[in-house]
Amino acid sequence: MYTVKCDVAVVGAGPAGLAAAVAARENGAASVLVIERDSAPGGILQQCIHPGFGLTRYGEELTGPEYYSRFTEKAAALGVEYLLDSMVLDVDADGGKVVCVNGKYGVTCVEAGSVVLAMGCRERTRENIVIPGTRPAGLYTAGSAQRLINRQNIMVGKKVVILGSGDIGMIMARRMTLEGAEVVMVVELMDYLAGLTRNRVQCLDDFGIPLRLGHTITRIEGDKRVTGVYVAPVDENKKPILEKEEYVPCDTVLFSVGLIPENELTRKASIAVDGRTNGPTVNQYMQTTKPAVFACGNVVHVNDLVDNVSAESEQAGKYAARYAAGKFPSVQGEAVCTAGANVRYVCPQKVALSDEADNVTLYFRVLAPQRDVTLRVRCGDTVLAQKKEFRVNPGEMNSIAVNTADVAGGEIVVEVV
Amino acid sequence: MRKTDVVVIGAGAVGCAVARELTKYKVNVLVIDKNEDVGGDASKSNSAIIHTGYDAAPETLESQLVVAANPMYDALTRDLDVPFKRIGAILPAITDEQFAQLPAIKEKAFRNRVYDVEYLSGAQLLEMEPNLNPAVKGGLYIPRESIIDPFIYVQALAENAYDNGAEFMLGTKVVGITTENGKVRSVQTTDGDVETKYVINCAGLYCDDIAAMVGKAEYEVVARKGQFYILDKNTSCQVRHIVLPIPTKITKGKLMCPTIHGNMLVGPTAEDQPSKTDKSTNAEGLESIARDVRNLVPNVNLRETITQYSGLRPNRKPEGLHFDMYDDLEGYVNLSGVRSTGLTLSVSMGKYVVQQMLYRGADFELKQDFIRKRKGIVKFCEQTPEKQDELIREDPRYGNIVCRCETVTEAEIVQAIRRPLGARSVDAVKRRVGAGMGRCHGGFCGPKVIEILSRELGVASEAICKNDPGSNMVTGKNRS
Repeated sequence: MYTVKCDVAVVGAGPAGLAAAVAARENGAASVLVIERDSAPGGILQQCIHPGFGLTRYGEELTGPEYYSRFTEKAAALGVEYLLDSMVLDVDADGGKVVCVNGKYGVTCVEAGSVVLAMGCRERTRENIVIPGTRPAGLYTAGSAQRLINRQNIMVGKKVVILGSGDIGMIMARRMTLEGAEVVMVVELMDYLAGLTRNRVQCLDDFGIPLRLGHTITRIEGDKRVTGVYVAPVDENKKPILEKEEYVPCDTVLFSVGLIPENELTRKASIAVDGRTNGPTVNQYMQTTKPAVFACGNVVHVNDLVDNVSAESEQAGKYAARYAAGKFPSVQGEAVCTAGANVRYVCPQKVALSDEADNVTLYFRVLAPQRDVTLRVRCGDTVLAQKKEFRVNPGEMNSIAVNTADVAGGEIVVEVV
Repeated sequence: MRKTDVVVIGAGAVGCAVARELTKYKVNVLVIDKNEDVGGDASKSNSAIIHTGYDAAPETLESQLVVAANPMYDALTRDLDVPFKRIGAILPAITDEQFAQLPAIKEKAFRNRVYDVEYLSGAQLLEMEPNLNPAVKGGLYIPRESIIDPFIYVQALAENAYDNGAEFMLGTKVVGITTENGKVRSVQTTDGDVETKYVINCAGLYCDDIAAMVGKAEYEVVARKGQFYILDKNTSCQVRHIVLPIPTKITKGKLMCPTIHGNMLVGPTAEDQPSKTDKSTNAEGLESIARDVRNLVPNVNLRETITQYSGLRPNRKPEGLHFDMYDDLEGYVNLSGVRSTGLTLSVSMGKYVVQQMLYRGADFELKQDFIRKRKGIVKFCEQTPEKQDELIREDPRYGNIVCRCETVTEAEIVQAIRRPLGARSVDAVKRRVGAGMGRCHGGFCGPKVIEILSRELGVASEAICKNDPGSNMVTGKNRS
């Protein structure tokens, strides 16, 4: 078996993996190897040719390829190495080994001082959400359609209904329109938007594409290619009101109904996975329950802004480098972050208490939209941080920073009141 | 006009098994199917169980053929390189009323000469199957009930028949059968006429339409829809055996079992419908599966589903499996009433059909060079790292994993397309090597499979179909 050694091995060359690799080099790792199944780095950003990336981080609107180029250029300057066209099949979390396959080198074993998992996520499908009807051609997840159009120059259809108001769905509504397709409507089960408000404005409103909140697709029709769908409003229990069902002819249905972190490798490596985020349980160093394994980006929890992914991944890269060098903070205890009022989850799930006090950004999502609220972090009765927010939405991640010097241990509660 | 000795109509399990059996003799065999791929309709959307026949109606042709077929599968699947597992079935009694039915079921199994059915206590069943309803009072264990890969099985029969000289006309519909002086003369198809001595009707759901072409429509076939859920391989609540419900007077009920691929299968419904083509699922049917299977396995998690599908099984009216040859129509063989046990009895039916033809004077002469074995596509994911390394050195495309959920490589996909009777569509690739069968359901590999099919077949991507013509995956190029 072909064997390579490095200080830090990164699984995935998407935005998370790239940021982690750069940070690992900048923080003392002599050799950083990024393992990527695609033929080029960039991950999903390669197909995100629309602008909107980097507003928080760089104060400018970049396209996906422009955004990741900033990292690949830095990585090249720092001597980050890649193992491309390589699919990881196994991670030995205790031994720091990553086994992958590659057409050139065969089965390859990467032996590393620490490993960063950055595999990203996959899309929920029509089948996952159990929409009855036939199984014709013309049903795509929004991301697959985006790949075909933006990377393979192939159009998937002419008359489109989109289920789900996730960001990719809305961006694809605009993209399909620009390519000459008719987007009949975007249908959303909830009575609020799943994605970012700015995408609703720029991708739907500006193109006159109707958004049907509180509706769902009840049935799919078509024997060979899809010929239409039935759309109905839903009641307060999200059950379709079938008397109000209407038939919408179309030849394509795109599904933008959620993302699922891809943690098959993580589970196989016996790393604890949080049932709420579907990602590994991590502390502020982005360290998983296996000390030599770190994780970052959408494999940990689904982000809506790549800027946040980069920030979080830099933490993972930095501490993975320190772990590999034997210079990891000495951890004396930990506090558990829990979701309080109107909070669905908090990431990181744990805050390690070490000899190095630092500012930790807690990312979280709310359960339901709410206006004029206070985001608060408390430890027992002590308020660690709070800030006011005009509105909060499940589709837009929130964050708040605390300093570990203020944390005594026990439980850290994040709440929206 | 094209000429052959025997036309087999239908490339499902029974048609392909009959064709394979015929290729043991020096006869020309031509299999015709309306579908673009071998694999049939009912044969590819069922519960994929190789039955023992314990619950068949005793002393019927169906009982005879199913009971005879089951023991053949060890050798057959070894010869044809078909995934097959003897996992056994259990039949738990949850209520007192069900418990009272057990002796009669066991006695029926005896009458069908399935002697290895055993009674087990509730505690024994729970030990075998911890996710079973804890209220289980006892039940039956049927050790030889087994699971198979139904796609590979039919492909293997077809490929082996092909290797032994059978010809195939796929995507071709039989539109008429000409007879002359009480003898079969030729078959009319959408791709020209074929002169033949024999016609064997293995058309399953459409066997009544074929029979009507020769005036032998003594029955009709109604489609009985069966809807299923397939659950993720990682689903939280799994079973290790085929868990069967105790049948009621109205229905045989819904089961839960592992598939040969390691998923969980839950279903089916049983809904008679006028359409022979409507394979849609519906909310009522899917909800009924959820309701019923929870009686057996209370914690089954149908939210962890990766797909739902329905199959149409041919329901003959009047009921029963029938084999018919006619004194006034020499050369015509009719099979009807092949239903959910069809996958199992396909192999014995193949032998039975040929034997009956011989009894009736067919002058088939045995070949000395019949090829018994067929080699399947080597599955990369099932190999040791050493073997994987070796495969990649032989063909670097083994190092390119296209379907990440099921770990299917480009080399496997290329072989699926290039081998005889190879894949021409996205679904045909899926049924041969499993690309797109996993939890993302083709979300990642779908675009790549279209690319590979387009490259290997030398056609534009817009010509690539999901399955039959008209099911084009994409519509064209972007605006230039």
